[in-house]
Amino acid sequence: MAEVFINNKFMGEVEDPKQFIARIVEERRKGNLHFTVNVTYEKDLDSIYVEANKGRINRPLIVVKDGKSMFTDKHAEQLTKGEINWDDLVKQGVIEYLDAMEEENTLVSFFEEDLTPDHTHLEVHPTSIIGVATALVPFSNFSPGPRVLIGGKNQKQGLGLYAANFSVRMDMDVNLLHTPQKPMVSTLMYELSGYDKHPQGQNIVVAVMSFKGYNMEDASVINKGSIDCGLGRSTYFRPCISEELRYAGGLTDEICIPDKDIKGFRSEHDYRYLEDDGIIYPEAAVSEGDVVIGKTSPPRFLSSMDEYNLAIDKRRESGVALQHGEIGTVDFVLVTENGEGNKLIQVRLREQRIPEIGDKFTSRHGQKGVIGLIVPHSDMPFTSSGIVPDLIFSPHGIPSRMTISHLIEIVGAKVGALGGHYVDGTTFVSDKEDDLRAELLTLGFREDGMEAMYDGETGEQILAKIFVGNMYYLKLRHMVANKIHSRARGPVQLLTRQPTEGRAKEGGLRLGEMEKDTFVAHGASLLLKERFDADRTVVPVCEECGMIAIYNVYKNKAYCSICGENVEINAIELSYAFKLMLEEFKSLGIYPKLTLEDKY
Amino acid sequence: MNEIFKEYEDKLTPKILEEVKENLPPKASKSVVKKILEAVYAEYLESRADPGESVGLVASESIGEQGTQMTLNTFHLAGVAEMNVTVGLPRIIEILDARKTIATPMMEVYLKSPFNKGKDIRKIAMQVKDTKLADVTDEFSINIRDMLVDVILDPKKIDDLGFTVAKVQKLIEKSLKDMNVKAKGNVVTIKLSGKDVGINDVYKLKEKIKNAHVAGVKGVTQVLPVRRKDEFVIITAGSNLKDVFGLEFVDITRTTSNDVLAVATFLGIEAARETIIREVLKVIESQGLNIDKRHIILVADLMCASGNVQGITRYGIIRDKASVLARASFETPIKHLITAALAGEEDLLTSVVENVMLNQAIPIGTGLPGLLSKPKKAK
Repeated sequence: MAEVFINNKFMGEVEDPKQFIARIVEERRKGNLHFTVNVTYEKDLDSIYVEANKGRINRPLIVVKDGKSMFTDKHAEQLTKGEINWDDLVKQGVIEYLDAMEEENTLVSFFEEDLTPDHTHLEVHPTSIIGVATALVPFSNFSPGPRVLIGGKNQKQGLGLYAANFSVRMDMDVNLLHTPQKPMVSTLMYELSGYDKHPQGQNIVVAVMSFKGYNMEDASVINKGSIDCGLGRSTYFRPCISEELRYAGGLTDEICIPDKDIKGFRSEHDYRYLEDDGIIYPEAAVSEGDVVIGKTSPPRFLSSMDEYNLAIDKRRESGVALQHGEIGTVDFVLVTENGEGNKLIQVRLREQRIPEIGDKFTSRHGQKGVIGLIVPHSDMPFTSSGIVPDLIFSPHGIPSRMTISHLIEIVGAKVGALGGHYVDGTTFVSDKEDDLRAELLTLGFREDGMEAMYDGETGEQILAKIFVGNMYYLKLRHMVANKIHSRARGPVQLLTRQPTEGRAKEGGLRLGEMEKDTFVAHGASLLLKERFDADRTVVPVCEECGMIAIYNVYKNKAYCSICGENVEINAIELSYAFKLMLEEFKSLGIYPKLTLEDKY
Repeated sequence: MNEIFKEYEDKLTPKILEEVKENLPPKASKSVVKKILEAVYAEYLESRADPGESVGLVASESIGEQGTQMTLNTFHLAGVAEMNVTVGLPRIIEILDARKTIATPMMEVYLKSPFNKGKDIRKIAMQVKDTKLADVTDEFSINIRDMLVDVILDPKKIDDLGFTVAKVQKLIEKSLKDMNVKAKGNVVTIKLSGKDVGINDVYKLKEKIKNAHVAGVKGVTQVLPVRRKDEFVIITAGSNLKDVFGLEFVDITRTTSNDVLAVATFLGIEAARETIIREVLKVIESQGLNIDKRHIILVADLMCASGNVQGITRYGIIRDKASVLARASFETPIKHLITAALAGEEDLLTSVVENVMLNQAIPIGTGLPGLLSKPKKAK
C-alpha cells in the first residue's frame, strides 16, 4: 500500500504504485492532464507525490519508449518545413516536462545512440543541461564545473557592442569595445543568441609562459604594440542629467550661466565652457570641477529668520559639475522635456580607455587577470615564424584550477586561424581534440601547440618550448581608472568630523575594529591614540554639573549654560565622536556626567 | 631535600614542584636539586605574561584567526550514516555561547564493575537507549472507514524489552489524551474521538504515536558500546545525565556529557570548565589546527568565573563587565545604556574599549605605566 499525496496533502492509498504512476503519465502525454502535472514515487517512504503546484521548475525531455526515441526523422522533417512547432510536440507526447522530483524516477540518455530499453527519456540536446551563459564557454566539458560557471559569469562583465544604436542612447555607465570580433572557437549558443551581432571580445595570440615575474598571481603581460594597434581599446560613456524643477509658489529652477552673486557660485573659470543657454557645447574637453550644466534654484526655505537676512531672495547654484578625478569629452547634448513637462538636459560624456596596468582581462574559462606589465613590441618573445604574442599568460594559473578547456581553446583557435575556418567548441559535441591536433600537424606545426621561441631582448632561444596559440579574450568592465584612490588629508563628515567614506567623496581608508585590535594586542597604546586623532577636539567641561560648557572666544571666558559663570571650567581633549555621543545620550534622556580628574 | 623545596613554595606553583619532584634524577645531590629548581624558576618567570600584556585580545585573535581556516575546511561526507556529530565552527560557537540546547548532545556512560566487562553489554546499552513505539512495531496501518490507527506490535521485540502488549497499550493511552485505546492480540487499536475527524487527523495521529516513549532513557537516540582499554563504555547520542545517573549500573564518578550546561548542573562548575576546555580542544584537534591550550583555558575561566556557565554573549559575560560603555559597544547599545542610566552607574574608564571611544591612551602596553612623583609640600 503506497500513500498518495496530492500537492503535499494526504489523499489515500493505492495498491499498485507502478500502475498508478504509469496511468498518470499516460494521461499527461495524451493531454488529458496538464503538461505541468508531475508524479513521483518515493521508494523508501512508499509514497506517491503528485504535484500541480506553482514554483516548480520544469525541463523538457524527449520521451523514450522501448529504447526508441519518440522524436523521429519525420518530426524533424515537419519541423524544418514549419508544418509543426514545439507545442505540437508537447501535445503529441513526444516531449514532456519533468520537475526535479519526477526526474528522480527517470533514466535520461545524453545521446540517441546510447539508448537502451531501460531509458525513459532523451535529452533534447546535450547542451540543454547547462544554462545560456554557461553554454558560452567552449569545450566546457573538459573543465571543472565551478570554473565553467565562473567563465560564464565573467563574460557578463565583458565589454562589447552592447547595442547597435548606442550613439543615440543615454545609458548610465556603459562601455563600448572599439573593434570587437567574432570568436574563432564558438559554441552552439553563439549561434542561438546571435552573438555575432553583439560580439564581446577579440581573437589574440596568447603564449603560456612566465615573463620576469610580472604575470604572477593571475596577472598578464601585454604587448604594447598590440595596444597601439587597438587591442582592448574602449570608450566609457556617462551622462550628466539635470532638469528644471518647478516649486510651490511659482518658483522654478533656471538653466543658465549663474550670476556672480548667486549663493554657492563656483568661479568664473569653472563656467567657461557654458554657452549662452547655460549648457556645455559638444566636444568640449572637461575635467574635475568644470560645470557641464549651469543651473540656479530658488532659496530653500523661507523661515522667520530670513526676514532679517539681506540675502533673502538669493538663488543658489545647483548645476552639474564633474566630480573629483573625473575627466571626459562632451559627446552628445540633448535638450528635451520629461514626463511632467519640465525642461530636461542630458549631456553624455565620453572617455577613451586605452588598456593600462591594472585593467582586467579574461578568457572564457574563468581565467581572469589584470595587466601586470606592458612590454614594447620589440622586447616581447617571438616564435621562429616571427609571431609575437599579444598577451603572456602565466602557466601557474592552470594546475590548481584545472581549466583544460582553456588549453584546448588555444590549440583550437590556432588551428582555426591557420586553417581558415571556425572551430566548434560546443559542450559535449565539440570538434575532437585529436582532429584539431592532426590538422595542426598538417599545417606545419607541432601537434601539441608548442613552439620554439626567442627572447625579445637578447635574441637568444628560450630553452623550453612554449605553448602558444590563438584565443578569444575579453576586456572586463573593471578598469583602474574607475577605482584608483588615495588620500592623506581630505574632507571630513559634518556630523562626526571623521573622514568621509568612499572614493567618490575622496574618503579615507578605515582602520576598523579588528585592525584596532592588533594595535591593542601589541600594546601600542599611544600609537593607537595618534592614529585615531582625526576627530580630536578640545572641549570645556563644567566641573559642577559635568556637562560640556561654552567658551566665548571674544571675551576669552568660559561659562556653563546650566551653572553660570562662577564655576570651575576645564578643557579636556577627546574625540569629537564621543562628544557627539554624549549629546545623543542627552536626547535619550540619559544624563552623562563627566567627572574630571588630574591626568598625572 | 624538603627544605630546598620549601624555599620555592612561594615562588612556584604546587603542581610544578610536584612534577619536579617526580622527575628528579635518582640520587641527585642537594646542589643539583638546587640548580634544577633555579632553572625551573627562571623558565617559569620567563613564561609568565608581562604586566600590561593584552592576554584576552591575544587569546581571541589566536582563536579567531584559526577559526577562519576552520570554516573553509568544514566538509561533510555524503552518505555516511554513522553518528553525526557537530564539529568545526558551529560546535565552537555553540560551546562559547553556552547554548542551552546543543545540536548533537552526547554522553560517555561509564559502567560499574562487573557490568563493564562486556557481558551482555548490548542488553545493558539497550536499557539506556530511548525506545520509541516505532521501534517495537511491525506496522502502523490506517483504517479509513472507521478512522482508526492499528498498531501491529512485534511480539519478539516486546519480549526483548520484557514488556507485554497490555503494558504497551497503557503507555500509549498515557501518552495520548482522551483517546480510545484497545489491545487485541498483538494489535493496539486507537480510535479518534470527537466529531469532524478527517483523514488528515488520523494521519497526523499515526505520525505522532510513532514517537511515543516506551522504555529507556528519554532523549538517547543511539547507543554505541565501545571498548576503552579493559572495559566497555557506552557512547550515546542524546544527553540526559539526570536519568542516566539514576541507573544502577552506571558509574556516576566518570560518566560525562558534551553538554556543558548539563555538566554544570549535575557535576559542578569545575567539571563544566574542564568540559569546555576538553570540547573546544577536541574540535581544534579534529580540524588539525594548532592553538595554544592556555588561550582556551583563559576563555573557559572567564566563562565559569561567576560560578555559573556564562556564554560570551550580551546575556553572558558581557553583562558583567564593569564599564557601561564597554557593554554598550557590544550589541544592543541602547538597552545597556538605559539599564545603566536607571541604576545611575559610573564608568571609571579603566579598560580598553571605553578609552578607545574617548580617544585616550588605553591602559595596556605603553599606555599602562604612569608616572609617580611626590609633589613638594607647599610651605
